[in-house]
Amino acid sequence: MSKLPAPDMDGLYARHPGVFDRPLSARLATPLMLLGAFAIFAYGLVHLGFSPARMLSGLHQLGWITMMMIPPDPGSSLPLYLKALGETLSIALLGTTLAALFALPVSLLAARNIVPSNIFRFPVRRFLDSIRGVDTLIWALVWINVVGLGPFAGVLAIAVSDFGAFGKLFSEAIEGADQKQVEGIRASGGNALHEIRFGLMPQVLPVIAGQVLYFIESNTRSATIIGIVGAGGIGLQLAEQIRVLEWQKVSFLILMILVAVAAIDWISSKLRFAIIGRRAVV
Amino acid sequence: MTVAVTILPSQQLAALNEAYRKAVARKRLRVTLGAAAFLAALAVASVGAEVNLRTLFGYFGNFVSYFDRILTLESGHRVWTDIGEWLWGWRKWSFYLGETILISYVGTMSGAVLGFALNFLAAENTSPAPWLRIVVKRLMEFCRTVPDIVFALIFVIAFGLGPMAGVLAITIHTIGALGKQFSEIVENIDMKPVEGVRSTGAGWISCMRFAVLPQVAAGFASYTLLRFEINVRGASVMGFVGAGGIGQELVVAIRKFYYSDVSAILLMIILTVFVIDIGTGWIRGRLFGRERRA
Repeated sequence: MSKLPAPDMDGLYARHPGVFDRPLSARLATPLMLLGAFAIFAYGLVHLGFSPARMLSGLHQLGWITMMMIPPDPGSSLPLYLKALGETLSIALLGTTLAALFALPVSLLAARNIVPSNIFRFPVRRFLDSIRGVDTLIWALVWINVVGLGPFAGVLAIAVSDFGAFGKLFSEAIEGADQKQVEGIRASGGNALHEIRFGLMPQVLPVIAGQVLYFIESNTRSATIIGIVGAGGIGLQLAEQIRVLEWQKVSFLILMILVAVAAIDWISSKLRFAIIGRRAVV
Repeated sequence: MTVAVTILPSQQLAALNEAYRKAVARKRLRVTLGAAAFLAALAVASVGAEVNLRTLFGYFGNFVSYFDRILTLESGHRVWTDIGEWLWGWRKWSFYLGETILISYVGTMSGAVLGFALNFLAAENTSPAPWLRIVVKRLMEFCRTVPDIVFALIFVIAFGLGPMAGVLAITIHTIGALGKQFSEIVENIDMKPVEGVRSTGAGWISCMRFAVLPQVAAGFASYTLLRFEINVRGASVMGFVGAGGIGQELVVAIRKFYYSDVSAILLMIILTVFVIDIGTGWIRGRLFGRERRA
């Protein structure tokens, strides 16, 4: 085995000065950023009242709670929980459908290829953005004030917060549509509505259907939690059982939610593939 | 140039037309059946959710008047005529908003670090053992399927009221969500550098550090920033269950009908979310811009 000749360091240095002599600012940037991030993190821990003692006693409590959760047991309220689960699924389905129905016309107004005027499009987009900036739970609280406690408030909360998301997603789908088909309709004498109905909708509807199905899926999760503020469904039962420390019932309810979400995931992915084929959604 | 269009004999044409009509009829039937099934599901759901269309229109009037009320000061004027009166509690609210951002920051950081540690075990191409991969994947699935506010409810009981419960809830949720996204990035990397590093006799950790990490760091940073954005929204409602942040103030204002306070706090939350969105977008642009230049 022959020994390799020693590398010609001077030659390398002369040929690639940039590799050996990076400016100090470039070399310090990453460590400084990490240090800054860590400093804020440490400040946050102190400010938010973290302490090893609280952490330990909390973990002790948590371990005890976990022990109490086993085995999951619904007691005698299984029918009640099944009804609540049905309510949750209903809330998700109705809320998403309602949101999609209202968002479709608005999304046309927010799409660049339908409304070219920036002055008109801008307020519509900002309006949709501000609706999305407010969490579903906040909408649920607002609707409870308006229509009273119960699942109906949950439906409206999901409908409003999804309205913002759908408006944005649909308008992006419309902007991504192929203009040639629209031009074809125009060339054969169709008016603006014909263009939308026969030129855009056939392209956009499968995409939209996929997104709506995906949202029904993710709203099953949101619908489980809006019950916590009193808007019906399984979250109401869950919050109540947590408050009265019935841990076996809590773990049973969490298991029910996990199973229901997995089932909805499975069904909606099957449906999605049936509607749009093997194309990726979103 | 003239092109002759051959017109098929009528017998042949009739057969083709028949086939076309049948195909269209089959498609229409399928769409009709699907629509009918969907409408039936909606009908069942509206019974389940106690929806009554007739009262909806009555309620819609309430909804509009609710917004009318939250945009009116106690003196009867519109809120924007007297900004000082409308945003009277801006010091207090800014403090709680800062706490909200801090909760989501600390939660995102610790969740990202733990998700980072776990994701190499969950990715198909880097996992040291199949059983470990399945265990870690199931664990992360559990962490992200249970909503963070449910964890917050339980942690408030275990750790006491306050932002600590919120931080831990967000941490758990972030581990699940980021762990999955991270492991998906790792599954898409080029494996040649890994083989190169392994051929020099490096161990598993060195392979991850010198072959995998340089390929995925930018993607990880980008997803972490996105998650921070999502977590700010999530942290704004943690106060509903007593886990710190602006949610506490908001829930009090809504429940006690302090109308103009509701709109003021909502405005401040929306503005904060906007600023965070724009800020993280800017940082993401910078990060990716630099990666492309390098």
